[in-house]
Amino acid sequence: MALLEIRNLHVNVEGAEILKGLDLTIEPGKVHAIMGPNGGGKSTLAKALVGDDAYEITEGEVLFKGEDLLEMDPEERARVGVFLGFQYPVEIPGVSNTYFLKAAVNAIRKHRGEGEIDAMEFLELVKERAKRVKLDEGLLQRPVNEGFSGGEKKRNEIFHMSVLEPQLGILDETDSGLDIDALRIVSDGVNAMRDESRSFLVITHYQRLLDYIVPDVVHVLLDGRIVKTGGKELAKELESKGYEGYNEDAA
Amino acid sequence: MSASTETIERFTNKGYEAGFVTNVEEDRVPPGLNEDVIRTISAKKNEPEWLLEWRLEAYRNWLTMSEPDWQYHHYDPIDFQAISYYAAPKRDEDRPQSLDEIDPEIKETYDKLGIPLHEQEMLAGVAVDAVFDSVSVATSYKDKLAEQGIIFCSMSEAVQDHPELVQKYLGTVIPANDNYFAALNSAVFTDGSFVYIPKGVRCPMELSTYFRINAANTGQFERTLIIAEDSSYVSYLEGCTAPMRDENQLHAAVVELVALDNAEIKYSTVQNWYPGDAEGKGGIYNFVTKRGLCAGDNSKISWTQVETGSAITWKYPSVVMRGDNSVGEFYSVAVTRLRQQADTGTKMIHMGKNTRSTIVSKGISAQEGQQVYRGLVRIAPTAEDARNYSQCDSMLMGSECGAHTFPYLDVNNSTAQLEHEATTSKIGEDQILYCMSRGIAEEDAVSLIVNGFCKEVFRELPMEFAVEAQKLLEITLEDSVG
Repeated sequence: MALLEIRNLHVNVEGAEILKGLDLTIEPGKVHAIMGPNGGGKSTLAKALVGDDAYEITEGEVLFKGEDLLEMDPEERARVGVFLGFQYPVEIPGVSNTYFLKAAVNAIRKHRGEGEIDAMEFLELVKERAKRVKLDEGLLQRPVNEGFSGGEKKRNEIFHMSVLEPQLGILDETDSGLDIDALRIVSDGVNAMRDESRSFLVITHYQRLLDYIVPDVVHVLLDGRIVKTGGKELAKELESKGYEGYNEDAA
Repeated sequence: MSASTETIERFTNKGYEAGFVTNVEEDRVPPGLNEDVIRTISAKKNEPEWLLEWRLEAYRNWLTMSEPDWQYHHYDPIDFQAISYYAAPKRDEDRPQSLDEIDPEIKETYDKLGIPLHEQEMLAGVAVDAVFDSVSVATSYKDKLAEQGIIFCSMSEAVQDHPELVQKYLGTVIPANDNYFAALNSAVFTDGSFVYIPKGVRCPMELSTYFRINAANTGQFERTLIIAEDSSYVSYLEGCTAPMRDENQLHAAVVELVALDNAEIKYSTVQNWYPGDAEGKGGIYNFVTKRGLCAGDNSKISWTQVETGSAITWKYPSVVMRGDNSVGEFYSVAVTRLRQQADTGTKMIHMGKNTRSTIVSKGISAQEGQQVYRGLVRIAPTAEDARNYSQCDSMLMGSECGAHTFPYLDVNNSTAQLEHEATTSKIGEDQILYCMSRGIAEEDAVSLIVNGFCKEVFRELPMEFAVEAQKLLEITLEDSVG
């Protein structure tokens, strides 16, 4: 069974249709990349999948492990294993990063019928995962994202993902604003999590990220639809040719 | 309407959980205010002549004053003649000597609030002087405190047993003619707490008073006086809830604190009086004057308050730093929802050299709540090298509420250093979504965000109180985010 199956998805934002019948199937263990120009609907797809109610689903269905994802509240989606790394992670003043993550971990464990995580065990886990994405340990006790640099915020997203261990990681332009070193660290964090059952949907504007997170499948998203699907070489092709040709196809 | 907006509304729509009225027969003075009423109150309390004269002078002053109208409040004029100025549980001569003798109904009232006195005593080691309406019905740990020379009793008892202390300090921080409501309080105050910490004594436990307004139509005029002698320390907790009722109740308390050389007073309040209903009907008018005097060098007075109740709040706990190197602090969380109106803040008056003050104010407005932060920092010409840090943050939940900030500065010494920071934020649907996307339920997300916002204030509260305050805030806002 596919991990994620999107059929004919239509999404409106403030009355305007942004996604116009999108189809996408992700098998377990695969990394899919979605590329496309600004305004094509990449971030809309991410927000619709996470359950942001500013994004209105007008048609279509999304199945996650065979279950209707669109019926679930955002927190339920997280609990069944969907994670979104935000393009613009928000700050939560006064709430420490560690405390926040512990609340998240325990909410997910509760959903699975497990007890709360042991405090020491959690601390070990958090430290180990922070090391993996080279997140300064000082940031663990700081309020969530408050005063973090752009790069630290993105790294923090990958850190959250590596602690929560979702089955599907959606990364919304995680590479934007990262220098080459940070990009490598973030990519290493993602690559360390790749396995046979876990999948990723990597949304990006630039081919650069895909040098580090090598995708199994690349899609081109243009004007609300996927207009082309191919292997990792498609990304290279886009890099040299741009999206111009597809524009005409789509029209 | 978005899901988050609904959560915000569900949180603020929560009914008032502490609403109930206890049936205890009352010994009540008929409504109305004149010199005879004041004489009656004074006589009932068996007061010395000087106190009666003090009350009468306050009353005569009050008659010449007019009700303040500069604050950001809207309410119908108060009919001061319709208020009964004294009510006491009956069997006055037969007051309980220990908690076991308390009227079972009163005890039940506390039980409903989840604060059974006896348990509280044993578990938290808190000495409780419970003010039920106007007369203290229970004082505990008095003996233990007395061993160290600490006096913790009702104001009425203090007038009888320690008249020299009361006479020396009463009205020295807040004069009887300080303002309209303080003058009224001085004329008709019924009871309150009295605390005296002798030289060099560190009070071994948090002193706590639970106030309850119970008698319908009875204004509450509490009077509290705390004196900390040289090099002493006391932490005082004040927590309140009130029964559900329809007509407005006036509450005009006065709290005076005096800290002598090297003394420290920490005064914490959790206020949860009936805020009125969604249409703005009912609810307590909370017009309070609180002021501390750092009379001695190196003294410190710290106010911490968590205010979630009352229909209208008018309250500016202040510190006058007269002693050199003295310190004044004000930490506040105020929540206005429904149609609550709060005009609150502080005054930091710097007179001594090297005086320092800190103001941290966190305002949360939801539904149709209106909130004002009004703060004054005054640096007197004598206050060399004074410093102040002020931080005023407002959080809005929904689009019908309001937050307003009026900081006043009056600096008369060029060596002063003042810092002011202010922010206004809307509880972000993006913040809530971010939490939810990590698996955290919407309601938990809201308490997480709100508690994070208030953290700097909560950490100033004594441990048990901090937990209570956090819980109170969660309950209060539970239905206001939907």
